[in-house]
Amino acid sequence: MIYLDHAATTPLDSDVLKAMQPYFNKLFANSGSIHSAGQEALAGIDKARQQVAHFLNCETNEVIFTSGATESNNLALTGIVDASDIKKPHIITSNIEHPAILEVVKNLKNRGVEVTILPVEHDGIVNTNVVQKEIKDNTILISIMYANNEIGTVQPIKEIGELIKKINEKRKNKIYFHTDATQAAGYLNCDTKSLKTDLLSLSGHKIYGPKGIGVLFVKKGTKIKPFQYGGHQEFNLRAGTLNTPGIVGIGEALSIVKKNRDVNNKRVQHLRDKLIEKTLKEIEGSHLNGSKTKRLPNNANISFDKIEGESIMLNLDFEGIEVSTGSACASGSLSPSYVLLALGLSHLQAHGSIRFSFGKENTIEDVNKTVEALKKIIKRLRLISPIK
Amino acid sequence: MQYSNKVIGHFKNPHNMGAIENPDGLGQVGNPVCGDMMKLYIKVKDNKIENIKFQTLGCAAAIATSSMITDLAKGKTLEQAEKISRSDVSDALGKLPPIKEHCSNLAADALHRAIQDYKKRNK
Repeated sequence: MIYLDHAATTPLDSDVLKAMQPYFNKLFANSGSIHSAGQEALAGIDKARQQVAHFLNCETNEVIFTSGATESNNLALTGIVDASDIKKPHIITSNIEHPAILEVVKNLKNRGVEVTILPVEHDGIVNTNVVQKEIKDNTILISIMYANNEIGTVQPIKEIGELIKKINEKRKNKIYFHTDATQAAGYLNCDTKSLKTDLLSLSGHKIYGPKGIGVLFVKKGTKIKPFQYGGHQEFNLRAGTLNTPGIVGIGEALSIVKKNRDVNNKRVQHLRDKLIEKTLKEIEGSHLNGSKTKRLPNNANISFDKIEGESIMLNLDFEGIEVSTGSACASGSLSPSYVLLALGLSHLQAHGSIRFSFGKENTIEDVNKTVEALKKIIKRLRLISPIK
Repeated sequence: MQYSNKVIGHFKNPHNMGAIENPDGLGQVGNPVCGDMMKLYIKVKDNKIENIKFQTLGCAAAIATSSMITDLAKGKTLEQAEKISRSDVSDALGKLPPIKEHCSNLAADALHRAIQDYKKRNK
């Protein structure tokens, strides 16, 4: 199998697995228990919390463990709104956010929150000036993703963070800044002090960690309310017995990411660049979607004219190559990727898109085999197509 | 969402794909929003569909239903062919995933249009 779908999920790193294993059946006690077995489990959690804090350059009591980035995003957005004493609070986000943001925003809107959804430029990047223009007196929260899950475009988080900080110095009600760093965490600097974020979400399974575990960074002093009640865990912000193996896993995964980031980024970027270069050169009517430079090093999103993405994806699957598509057909909805439509692509172009997302186990052989398979498949599908 | 083995079989090796030069009837259906477009060509002799070919842009279900309709319609009289319905196509393929029944099961419509086109030309 040639796995090129790391933006969907990654395999568990073997060192992460090793770190997690004792916590399933040997160090299984509840980390909330006072007895020594409980304290041993707590020691694992404490270490992981330090690893995460080190990764985010924050304090350990600013790290909230959740069940994943979806929960982190829900908690961040709903929690800030619930804690606000503004009568009709206003929040700002972008039109290419993950559904784990957009659906939460929609729900908040139904509850009476004022919402602004910003467009992106044709290269898939949010313009900081446009963010600034939309800020109102009742704005309490701005949430912009760090890197997009479909096209990998990287948003100017630091620039927006600095802007909000400056604006906050001159206003009474603070604007909080949240970023969904789920896709970015494996590749980009997540120093929350440098990015100037108040809240940041990330997930374990996108960074060679386990599924079912995530983090929400909440800067000290942030006014936020929990939405899950039933225990005092996580500084009273997230009730529920802690998922010790998952927490140990995400801590280990993040420390490996930080240690190997530069080398790993260079490697995957080389493979990704080769794939783009060869595909655009050797396959007529193929186009890269999203900024060429401001994107994650492992992401390539390419549209192929006059054919449909699910057909390409399945044919690649028959050859043992796993990718994903922005075509409606693969998503269970009738409309193609809203992210690609937001870039100004036509429905047909959006339907013909494929996302390739590389990972650390991929090789140059994988790239060559994928391009060869693509050439054959696309030629055949265009032969079947009524559009010439 | 899972495709039946029959759908995958037709998708991998579609029957009767391509165009017919100077067809007796041409049926065109499609919806670019859904991402599916189809052209169906027929040759008619003695009131029977003597030859039939398709060109389709679309997902696996769109291509498989196109291939299947050509199998179902070939050799049939026009009256028989007009009676082939969307559900005949999906039944013959061992059912489609529910979402695809609506958006990608266009082949029967294309066949009916091709027959209409033939009748119009021969009025």
